[in-house]
Amino acid sequence: MNSIQQRRQEYRSLFKQNVAGRLVVDKAVRIIVFSCVIVAIIPLGSILIEVFKNGITAISFEFLTATPGSIGTGQGGIGPAIQGTLIIIGLSSFIGIPIGVMSGIFLSEYGDNKLARFIRFFNDVFMEFPSIILGIFAFLMIVLVIGHFSIWAGAFALSLIMFPIVARTTEESLKMVPMTYREAGTALGLKKWIITFRIVISSAKSGMITGILLSVSRIGGETAPLIMTILGSSQFFSSFDAPMDALPLRIWRLSLLPYDSAQLQGWGAALVLIMIILGINLGIKYYFMNKKNGFFGKSIKQRRRLVN
Amino acid sequence: MEIPLVKKRVISDRVFKIGATVAGTYVLVIVALMAFQLISESYPIWQEEGLAFITKTDWNAVEDRESFGALPYILGTLTTSAIAMAIGVPLSIGIAMFISDAPAKIGAPLGFLVELLAAVPSVIYGLWGLFVFRIYFRDWIEIPLHNAFGDNIWLFSGNPFGLDIITASVILAIMIIPTVSAVSREIMKAVPQQQKEAAYMLGATKWEMFKLAVFPYSKTGLIGASILGLGRAVGETMAVTMLIGNATGPSAIPSSLFGPSQTMSSIIANEFVEASPASIHMPALIGVGLILLLIAISINVVAHLLVTRMLKIKEGAINN
Amino acid sequence: MTTLTATPTSMETYPFTLSESTPVIDTKYKMIAENVTVSYGDIDAVKNVTMKFKENSVTALIGPSGCGKTTFLRCLNRMHDMTKNAKVTGKVMIDNTDLYSKEIDPIYHRRKVGMVFQKPNPFPTMSVYDNVTAGLRLNGVRDKKILDEIVEDSLKMAYLWDEVKNDLKKSAIELSGGQQQRLCIARALAIQPEVLLMDEPASALDPIATQKIEETITELKRDYTIIIVTHNMQQAIRVSDYTGFMYLGDLIEFRETKKLFTDPKNELTAKYVQGHFG
Repeated sequence: MNSIQQRRQEYRSLFKQNVAGRLVVDKAVRIIVFSCVIVAIIPLGSILIEVFKNGITAISFEFLTATPGSIGTGQGGIGPAIQGTLIIIGLSSFIGIPIGVMSGIFLSEYGDNKLARFIRFFNDVFMEFPSIILGIFAFLMIVLVIGHFSIWAGAFALSLIMFPIVARTTEESLKMVPMTYREAGTALGLKKWIITFRIVISSAKSGMITGILLSVSRIGGETAPLIMTILGSSQFFSSFDAPMDALPLRIWRLSLLPYDSAQLQGWGAALVLIMIILGINLGIKYYFMNKKNGFFGKSIKQRRRLVN
Repeated sequence: MEIPLVKKRVISDRVFKIGATVAGTYVLVIVALMAFQLISESYPIWQEEGLAFITKTDWNAVEDRESFGALPYILGTLTTSAIAMAIGVPLSIGIAMFISDAPAKIGAPLGFLVELLAAVPSVIYGLWGLFVFRIYFRDWIEIPLHNAFGDNIWLFSGNPFGLDIITASVILAIMIIPTVSAVSREIMKAVPQQQKEAAYMLGATKWEMFKLAVFPYSKTGLIGASILGLGRAVGETMAVTMLIGNATGPSAIPSSLFGPSQTMSSIIANEFVEASPASIHMPALIGVGLILLLIAISINVVAHLLVTRMLKIKEGAINN
Repeated sequence: MTTLTATPTSMETYPFTLSESTPVIDTKYKMIAENVTVSYGDIDAVKNVTMKFKENSVTALIGPSGCGKTTFLRCLNRMHDMTKNAKVTGKVMIDNTDLYSKEIDPIYHRRKVGMVFQKPNPFPTMSVYDNVTAGLRLNGVRDKKILDEIVEDSLKMAYLWDEVKNDLKKSAIELSGGQQQRLCIARALAIQPEVLLMDEPASALDPIATQKIEETITELKRDYTIIIVTHNMQQAIRVSDYTGFMYLGDLIEFRETKKLFTDPKNELTAKYVQGHFG
C-alpha cells in the first residue's frame, strides 16, 4: 500500500460515522416540508367546506332572486347582489380588456424600445397597487365630480385592476408566437395590424383568454374598490348613475350584522360567489388543458404514433 | 410580385401603431393622474398637520376638535404584515421545497391546490376567519395562552376576543402563501441541475443538497419572494378589516397580540364612506392612502429587483 | 450503403487472458457492472451491459451521441436515482458490495465514487477552499488543520494548487474554465474516493486546458480507478488503458485500448474508429 493509499485511509478515518444521523435529519426535513403543504391546504379545505356547508342551507330560489328583507328578519335574498356582480364584471371587462389587450400588443409588437421598457416597469408596479387606493382614485375622479355614487366609478376602478393583468398575459402570449409567423405575413404583403390580429392573436388565443378569464375571476371577488364607488344597495339595478349592490359588498355588510340570519345569508352569498370564481378557474384549467392536447400537447413519441 | 424596399406609410398601420401606443401609455397617464389626485385631495391634511400627520396618533372626527394622525395605522399595517411574513414565509419556502423536488404527479396537483388559495376572495377569507377560524383560534390558542402567560408576557396580555392583531395576521399569512410559494418555486427550479448533481455526487442527502446547491444560489430570489409577500400583505384590505378589531386613534397602536388594532387599508374601508368631504376627515383618509401607496410601491419595487436579478443571473451565469 | 449490424461482445465471451510475456499480475477488478439496463419508459438507453474495471486503470467509454455511454456512467454512482422515469436494473459491484442493494443507502457508496461532469460546475457562491471542503464538511470533518491539509492535497493532485495557493478564498467562478474543471476534480478527490467517474471532462475546455486535464488523469490513475466517457477518440488513445465501445445502448466491444483501435474485432467498432460515422 503506497503513500497515497495510506493517506487516503488516514483521511477516511477522520470522517465521522454520521451517515445514519444525516439520513434521519433528511427524513425529518421531508416530513416538515410535507407538513407545510398540509398546513396550507387545510384552510383551503376548511373554507370550501364551511362555505358549502353553511351556505347551502340558505340557497333557495327566493334567496337568489329577492331583494334583501328588513334587517334581522332573515327574509329576502341577494338578488341585487348577484345582478350587480354580473353587471360590474361585464362593464369593467368592457373597459379594461380592450385597453389591456392593446397595451399587451404594444408591449409585444412595438416593444423593443426605451418607452416600452418604461411602460412595462410601470405596468408591473401598478399591478401591485392596493385595490382600495384604486377605489379612492375612482371616487375622486368620478363620484366626487358627478356628485353621487355610480356604477361607472366602480367599473372604472375594477378596470384598473384588470388591464395590467391582461396587458401582461397578452404580451407573454403574443411573445410566444414565433417571429416566423409574422415574417410570413409580411412576406405576403399583409399590413401589420392584419398580421397581428389574424395571425399572431389567433395563435396566442388560448393564452390570452386564460389571462383574461383570470383577471375576471380576480375582480369578481374584489370588495374594497367598490365600497366608495358603487356603495352597495338593497335594490336592483336602476341606472348607471346610482349605487348598486355586489356579492362581495353584500357579504361584508351581512357579516357586520349581529344576527344569525344575516350570518346565514352571508354564507349563502359567499357560496354563490365562490361558485362563480371557482367555476371560472376550474373552467380555465380543464377547458384549456384539454384544448392544448391537440397536436402540440403530445410528446414526440405520441405525435409520431399519430402520424404513422 | 414586387416587394417594396421602402416601408409604405399605410394609414391603417399607422392608426394601429398609434392606438397601441396610446393604450400602452394609458398606465403612465393613470399613475400620473393618481399621484396628482391623491396629493391634491389630501393636501388639506398636510396643510393642517404637516409631516406630523405621520407621527401623530389622534383620530378625532368630531367637528371643532378634528385631529388626525396616521401613525397607529402605519404601525398596525407593519405589525400585521411582519407577523404574517414570519408565519407565511417559512411555510411557503417549505412548500416550495416540497413541490420543486417532487415528481410531477404529486407536485402538480398540490401546487394547483396551493394556488387555489389565491383565488379565494379576501372577503370570504374574512367571513371564514370571523365565524370559523376565530372561534377555534380564540378557544384553543388565545385563551389558554392568555390565562397562562397573560400577566407576565406583554404579548399575551390583551383580552382575547379573537378580533385582534394575531388573528388578522394569521389569516394574512395564509393569504400570502400562494404568492410567496409560487415565486419561490420558480426560483428553486431555476437552480441548474448540474449544481444539484454536484451536491449529490458528494454524497449529500436531499436536505444537504438544498443547503449546498439550492439555497446559496437562490438566496437573493427567495428574499425577493418574501418581500413580494410583504407587499401583498401590506395592501390587503377586507380580511384584515373584518378581523382586526377596529380600534381607532391611540388605542389602535399595536400593544399586544390579543389586542385590537387597525391598518391603513382597514381604516379607509371602515370610514371612507362616512367621512364628509367638507371636513378634513376625508383628506386625512386620503393621506393615509397616500402613505400606504408609497409604502406598497417601495416594497414591491425592491422585491421585483431582487427576483428579476436572480432570474437574470440564472441565464447569464452558466456561460463560462 | 451497408447496414450496420451490431454483435455485442460482452466481457463474458472475451476472456481476459494474459499474454506469455507479461508476469502474472493479480488482476483485481475494482468495479464490476453486471447486466445493467437503464430504461426510460419504453426506451432502453442501456441494454444489458456488463463491464469489469481493473483497479488503478483508466477505462474510456466511446461511441456516437446517444449510444448510452453517459447514461451507463451515471449508473456507477447511482445518479439515476435523481432522474425522473429512469429505471435501472442489474448489479454494480464495488469491492464485492452491490451499489444497488436495498440495505445500503447510496450515500455510503458515493463517498467511494467521485464524479466530474461535462461542464465545470463548482458551487458559484463558495470560494475555492469551500468548494473543495464541501464534501468533507458533509462528513463531519471540522478541524481546520485537517481541512487545510486535505485541501492542499486534493488541489495538488488536481494540478491546481500552484495556481490558487495564494488566494484560496477567491470565488470559484473567478477561475478560468480549465481551472474550474480541475477544481471540480479536486472537490471530488477531497472525499477520498477510490473510483473517479468523468463525463467528457474536457469537452468544454480549450486545448491547453484539455492537455492539463489529461495529464492529471494520467497521474491520478496510479491511485484511482478512472472511468472516462469521451467522444474524442484521440483522447481515449492518449489516456486510457481499456476502451469500451457502445452503440445504441449495447456494449459492442471492450478491450485494451491499443488493440481496440488498431485491430478491432467487431465490424461496427472498425467503422466507428475509422470515422465512418460519429
